[in-house]
Amino acid sequence: MNFVELNRVSVRYGEDGEGTLALEDATLAVAAGEFVAVVGPSGCGKSTLMKAVTGLWPPTAGTVAVNGQEVAGPLSIVGMAFQNPTLLPWRNTLDNVMLPLEIVQPHCSRLRREQSAYIAKARDLLALVGLKGFEDRFPWELSGGMQQRASLCRALIHDPSLLMLDEPFAALDMFTREELWIALQDVWLARRPTVILVTHDLREAVFLADRVLVMSARPGRVIAERTINLERPRRLDTTYEPSSVAIIHELREHIGAARSGDGAERG
Amino acid sequence: MLKSHRRRDSHMDPSEAIGKPSAKPRRRSRLSRRAVRSVLPWIVIIAIFVLWEIAVRAFEIEQFVLPAPTAIFAAGWEWRAEMLDNAWQTLMTTVVGFSFAVIFGLIGGVLFGSSTLIYDGFYPALVGFNSIPKVAVIPILVIWFGIGTVPAIVTAFLISFFPILVNVAAGIATVEPELKDVLRALGAKRWQIVQKVGLPRSMPYFFASLKVAITFAFVGSIVAETVAANKGIGNLMLVASSRFEVPLAFAGLLVTSIMGIGMYLVAEFMERRTTGWATRGVDAMGALRG
Ligand SMILES: Nc1ncnc2c1ncn2[C@@H]1O[C@H](COP(=O)(O)OP(=O)(O)OP(=O)(O)O)[C@@H](O)[C@H]1O
Ligand SMILES: [Mg+2]
Repeated sequence: MNFVELNRVSVRYGEDGEGTLALEDATLAVAAGEFVAVVGPSGCGKSTLMKAVTGLWPPTAGTVAVNGQEVAGPLSIVGMAFQNPTLLPWRNTLDNVMLPLEIVQPHCSRLRREQSAYIAKARDLLALVGLKGFEDRFPWELSGGMQQRASLCRALIHDPSLLMLDEPFAALDMFTREELWIALQDVWLARRPTVILVTHDLREAVFLADRVLVMSARPGRVIAERTINLERPRRLDTTYEPSSVAIIHELREHIGAARSGDGAERG
Repeated sequence: MLKSHRRRDSHMDPSEAIGKPSAKPRRRSRLSRRAVRSVLPWIVIIAIFVLWEIAVRAFEIEQFVLPAPTAIFAAGWEWRAEMLDNAWQTLMTTVVGFSFAVIFGLIGGVLFGSSTLIYDGFYPALVGFNSIPKVAVIPILVIWFGIGTVPAIVTAFLISFFPILVNVAAGIATVEPELKDVLRALGAKRWQIVQKVGLPRSMPYFFASLKVAITFAFVGSIVAETVAANKGIGNLMLVASSRFEVPLAFAGLLVTSIMGIGMYLVAEFMERRTTGWATRGVDAMGALRG
């Protein structure tokens, strides 16, 4: 069953049909529990796609459906993480991670009664991404990579069935990034949420995703897709093996085509 | 928040311990510099008074033009009962007016900051109202409420609530869009975003504005007292100068500025206790960007 379905979705920013056309006729489907990566040239509408899926920005045309229901307003269960960790500086790591529990039902009403259980859960999650012992630290006491880990935990704490990640690792160095790929893969294998990950890093896409979607230059459209049948759990070495490298090259060519298509359109 | 302070201290300790052996003399000099910094304001104030005294005596300035500090202190001491009584009156007036300003400034700030509709609709009118000099309003207040405490309270309120409102609104309105998206995608209602993020975030702005607002409130109540009251430090100074008791008027000024400093310090103390994370957070963000 398709958990996320976009049918010829267009998004135009601004009023009276005069603003930027960010997405045009984007059609895609993501199965429940699938991990999909979206790649494409900068400014092609990937973040816009995320906003359309989560109902944060209504499409100008076309339909978005999540879990069989058409999206009319913001969904209420989605875990999101961005390039910027956006932790709250007045809360320590643990309280930051537990923020969604204060908002999402049914956790919201249970939180007070079962507080210790929830705290244990948050601690487990933090331990899973290597933040054990940093629960009481404040964001300014964490490195950028650690903040990003905490931000991932915040996106996961309420067991969302849909996880939307918009370049969450883009600001990190390669080693931290690779560590987090592994952490994310572990979490995904353990809980199997549906994931849509926007990234600029093709190795990241190939390491993490079941399927990679390539978008055209603005206005964005899905122009190619590639299923990745590598065995799980994947190891970092996998990304250097010929089979992965071949996929990465293939994707790179698609993106190259998308970008030069952009040039031809403008010229 | 107490916890955060303790945590920070314990966090600082190891690094200082590491730097200890080689940096011992430097530490001592840093300590003494801190000592200098804490006594320096007092030295400056005393020096001003001493120079003032010398100048008045050397040039034989008439007392009704510029009284010497000793004369001012003497007058203040002589009239200490009246001084205390009126200072208390002014303090209460200011505190009451200021409290209303805090309440309405917070409520208004939340409304203005969280709703663009309210902001667009009401902000121009509010700016227009705020640009009216409050001194000009006092006679009208007297018509409405008569001579007494009420016009002074209202003036203190009117003059100090605008900076509070503007700052709280700014704090709430500038929540990062991505953070807002994170919360909205969790199904958060607008008031939840304000409660969880907007309000805590605007607290540093709020306390910064309190420091300004408390001084404004003080100015407001004293000005109103000189025009439209029969009590308070402002009134005391007016009466004193009309009787040519210039040292007493100056003593009033002195008490006024002491009260002003005291209130500023209270606001600053509250700021440091409640929003210590803000300066740290900014540091961290700056370091990340750099
Ligand atoms: N809130 C907005 N209002 C107006 N235009 C916008 C808005 N958000 C994005 N755009 C425009 O829509 C286009 C697509 O933006 P989007 O953020 O979706 O790109 P992106 O693919 O995520 O880019 P990047 O890879 O650089 O993050 C851009 O041209 C951008 O200028
Ligand atoms: Mg983007």
